[in-house]
Amino acid sequence: MTTTWDDLVGAALLGTERRTPPTRPREGQDAAGALLDAAAVHTVQRRAALLPVAARARPAAAPEDGRPALPEAARRRLALLLADRAAPGGGRRGSAPDLTELLPQWLAAANARGYRAPAALLPELLEAARARSDVRPAALALAGPRALWLARLNPQWKYALRASPSASGGEPGADDRVWQEGLLAERSALLVSLRQRDPDAARELLAGTWAKERAEDRLMFLDVLGERLSLSDEPFLEQVLSDRSRNVRAAAAGLLTGLPGSALASRMTARARACVAPDRTSGDGPRITVEAPHECDSGMQRDGIVAKPPSGRGERSWWLGQLVEAAPLAGWPARFGVAGAAEVVALPVADGWQPDLHAAWCRAAVRQGDAEWARALLGPAASPPAPDVASWKDPAKLLSALPPGERAGWVAEFIAVHGLPEAFRLLGTCAVPWAEPLGRAVVDALDTARDAGGYPWSFSGVMGLAERCLDPSEADRLAVPEDASGYWAEAFERLVGTLRLRATMHAELAG
Amino acid sequence: MAGPTVGDMNCQGERWTAEQVLALAPDAASRKAGAKLAGPGPWSGAGACADGGAGAVWGECKGSGSKPYRTVVDLGGQGGPGFHCSCPSRKFPCKHALGLLLLWTEGEEAVPGSQEPPPEWAGQWLERRRQREERPAAREAGAAAGDAEAARRRAERRAQRIASGATELEQRLADLLRGGLASAEGAGYGQWEETAARMVDAQAPGLASRVRELAATAGAGAGWASRMLEECALLHTLNQGCLRVDRLPEPLAATVRARVGVTTDTAALVASVPPVRDHWLILAQRDGDDGRLVTRRIWLHGRETGRMALLLSYGAVGRAPELSLPVGLSIDADLVFHPSARPLRAALGARHAAPVPSPAPPPGGGAEAALRTYGEALRDDPWLEAWPVVLSAAVPVPGEEGGGAGWQVADAEGESALAVDPRCGDGAGLWRLAAVSGGRPVPVFGECGHRGFTPLTAWGPQPVAL
Repeated sequence: MTTTWDDLVGAALLGTERRTPPTRPREGQDAAGALLDAAAVHTVQRRAALLPVAARARPAAAPEDGRPALPEAARRRLALLLADRAAPGGGRRGSAPDLTELLPQWLAAANARGYRAPAALLPELLEAARARSDVRPAALALAGPRALWLARLNPQWKYALRASPSASGGEPGADDRVWQEGLLAERSALLVSLRQRDPDAARELLAGTWAKERAEDRLMFLDVLGERLSLSDEPFLEQVLSDRSRNVRAAAAGLLTGLPGSALASRMTARARACVAPDRTSGDGPRITVEAPHECDSGMQRDGIVAKPPSGRGERSWWLGQLVEAAPLAGWPARFGVAGAAEVVALPVADGWQPDLHAAWCRAAVRQGDAEWARALLGPAASPPAPDVASWKDPAKLLSALPPGERAGWVAEFIAVHGLPEAFRLLGTCAVPWAEPLGRAVVDALDTARDAGGYPWSFSGVMGLAERCLDPSEADRLAVPEDASGYWAEAFERLVGTLRLRATMHAELAG
Repeated sequence: MAGPTVGDMNCQGERWTAEQVLALAPDAASRKAGAKLAGPGPWSGAGACADGGAGAVWGECKGSGSKPYRTVVDLGGQGGPGFHCSCPSRKFPCKHALGLLLLWTEGEEAVPGSQEPPPEWAGQWLERRRQREERPAAREAGAAAGDAEAARRRAERRAQRIASGATELEQRLADLLRGGLASAEGAGYGQWEETAARMVDAQAPGLASRVRELAATAGAGAGWASRMLEECALLHTLNQGCLRVDRLPEPLAATVRARVGVTTDTAALVASVPPVRDHWLILAQRDGDDGRLVTRRIWLHGRETGRMALLLSYGAVGRAPELSLPVGLSIDADLVFHPSARPLRAALGARHAAPVPSPAPPPGGGAEAALRTYGEALRDDPWLEAWPVVLSAAVPVPGEEGGGAGWQVADAEGESALAVDPRCGDGAGLWRLAAVSGGRPVPVFGECGHRGFTPLTAWGPQPVAL
C-alpha cells in the first residue's frame, strides 16, 4: 500500500465529499467508512512500529555523598515533616503538634549527626528551602551535593546554587571569576564563605573592586566584614569613612566602633570624655555631669556621627547619644574612679541627662557585646520595671550580650516575679533547649496562669515557644490536670505531645 | 464478646511503613491531619495484634468532646484494610484511623502488641466485619442457578441497546469524515456531549468516554488532526467489533465488550475463571480523580509467571478506594484475570499469606524492548493506550527549559531513549525520579504507550513511588 498517513489525514481534514480519499471502498461501503478502515490499520501499524527516540545528552552523574543514610524511622519522620509543609495549614491548632515548626529543629539535629538526606526526598527539601528562608541553610546542608546537582537541572531551584558557595566548584581562580562576573547573590555568597575561611583575603577581594560597586552593594558587602572583624581591617575601614555614600560611611564607622583598639574608637573616647565627666563639687557625693556637644564637626561626621536628628529630638542630645554609643565602654570606670560598670551605672546623673546617657550605654553594651555592662544596666530581674526607665531600656537586647546560661537564669527569675505577659521577647533570646531553671519557671508560670483562669490564647506565643524550646524531659512534669477547662487542656496536651514528639525525633536520629 | 477469629491471633506481625499508611489517605488534608494525630498525646488504650493477613489496631483518641473517639482498623480482609471510628468525619479513612496507624508504624513502644483480645467495642466490630466478608461467597452460590435465565435476558437486551448505540455512532463518524475534521474544529462540545449522553443511555460507557476524548482532541494543539483521525479510526473499529461481536473469537470479543464498557461482576469472574497463583510484587499504586470518582490502579508483577496485572478499585471523592497495596511488598495470592485477548486487568482473589517486603525490581529491558512489548500487545488489543514495562537501567534526562524538548528516560548506554508522556508535564514525580537516579541508571517501572512513557516507580535501590 502506497497510501501515506498524511494522505489519509489530508482527506479526513477536508472531508470525503470534497476530496476522494486514496482508499477503495469495499462493496456496500462508502468513502468515509473506507477511510476509517484504512486509518485504523495505519494507526495500529504506526503504534506497533514505534521506535525509541535519540537520547539527548544524559546529565553527568551526581557527586557521591559519603555521609551515612538516615535511620529508617528518621527518614519516615522527615517525609512526614515535609508532607506537612505541603498541606495548607489554617484553622484552630487543636491539640496536635505543629510539625511545620519542628522542621528547623529536626534539620539541625540531623545535620549535627552528619546524615545525608534520602535522594527521594530531595525535591521536597529543595521546595521547603525555597519557600522558607529560615530553614534554607540547614535544608541545603542536609540535602548535600546531590541537591545542588539537581538544582542545576531545574531553574526553580537556582536559588540553591546561589545560596551555596561550594557550588562554584573550588578550582583555582573560580572565586575570582565569580567575584568579577557573578550575579550579586553569588558574589555575596562567595564573600561570606571566603570571610569565614580567610578574613583578609575576603577584605582584599572586596577592596579590589570597591570603587566600582554600587552604593547599596557596598553597604551589603561591608556588612559581611562584620564577621571575624579584626584590627587588620582597620586601614580599609578608615578609608571607607570617606566614602561617597553616607550610609556606607556610617556602616564603616559602626564596624570600627566594634574594634576597641581602633583609632576611631580612641577618637570617640576623647570626644565622649569631653562631654561626660565626674562632678565632685556637689554636696551629695560624686555624680556625673553632662555637657552635650555644641556642634557636629566634619571630623565627627566622618566618623559616622549623623548630624541631623530625627524630628522631635534635640540635636545636642542626639550627637551625645551617638558619641557615647560609639566610645568603648571599658574606659568609663577609670574616668569616674570606680571599680566597674555596676558602680558607674549607679552614679547619679545631673540635670536630667540620665535617660540619654544610660540609653546610649545600653546600645553600646549591645553593640560591643559587653556582658558586664549589660548586666549592670539590666539590673536584677526581680526589680519592678520603672515606667520612666522602660522607654530606653530594652532588656531583650541587653540579654543578647549575656552568656547563654546567665541569660536563661535572668529570664527565669524575671518570669518567676513578673509572670509571662512580658516574657515573650525575652524568651526569644534564650538558647534552645531552655536550660534550667528557665524551663521550670515557664512551666510553673503556665500552671499559675491556668489556675488563675487566664485565657490560654493570651499565652499562645509563649506556648508556641515552649513547644519548640522546652527540654523534652519536662514533658513528664506537665501532666494535664483533670479539672482543666477544654482549651487549657488542649493547649497543655499539645505542649506535652510536642515535647514527646521532639524526644522521639531525637531518639530516631540516634538510630 | 470477642470472637475466636480475633482472640486467637498471635501478635507477631510486620508493621507497615508510614508510606503504606499515608497511601490510604483520601486526600492531602487527611494526610496532614493524620500526621498530627500520630503522637502518643491524644491516644489511650492503644493496642495491636497481628497474625498473617488478619491483624488489627485499636485505640481511643481524645478529641474536643468529652468522650474519646474509638478507632479500630482491621489490617486484613479480602478487599484490603477496614476502618471504623466513632467520630463524625465523612472522610474515609478518617484522620483518627490514619493517626493511629502512623503511631503503630513507629513500633512496639508507640502501640504495643497485645496478647489479650482487643477490647469489646473493637472486637465486636472486627467480628462483624469478618463475618460479612465470608458471606458473599455463600450468597453467590445460591443465587446463580435461579437467576440465570433472567440474567441471560437482561444481557440480550443490553447487547441490543449497545448495538444500536454503536450503529448510531458509526453514522456520526461517517458524517464527520464526509464533512471533514476541519469543520469539527470549531463545532464545540455541544453535539459531542449529546452523542456521549446517548452512548450512556445505550449502556455503553466505554463508547461514551471515547466520544468525550474525541471532542477534547478537536483543535487541541499541533497535530490534532492526526490524533483525531487516529481516535476516530479506533472508535470506528470498536464499533465494528461491537456490531460483529458474535462472530469474533471469544478472547477478542471479551476485549471488545470490556472496551465498550460491559463490566464483569467480580464474583461471577472468580466463579468462572481459574485463578493464577503467584508471588505478586506490587509495582505501583496510583489514584486518578475525575471529580466524582477516585480510581485506584495497582500494578502487579508475578514472580513465577512473569505476568503483569492491573487491579482497579474505586471510591467516591473524599473516600480512598478500599484496596491498598503498598509498593515494594510481595503478596502470595490468587489473581483472576478478566477475559481478554491480552489479559491485564485482574481481581484479587484469596491471599495465601501476609505481604512480605520484596524490594528488588522485576527483570526488565531497554527502550526498544519496551516499545516492542507495547507493539506486541497491540496485536491482541489494538485499543491499548499503553502497556506496563520495567526498564532495567534508565537515566532520566530532564526536559529543556522553556518546554523545547520534553523529558526522556534514556538507556544506560547507546542512543536510545523513550520520550516521557508529555502529560506528565514537569511534575514532582519526574524530579523525584531524577533525584533517585542522580544521573546514574536505575530500574524504572512505568507504562509505555504511543503517547510516551509514564514513570511510576523507581528503585534507588529501595522502591520509590513517583
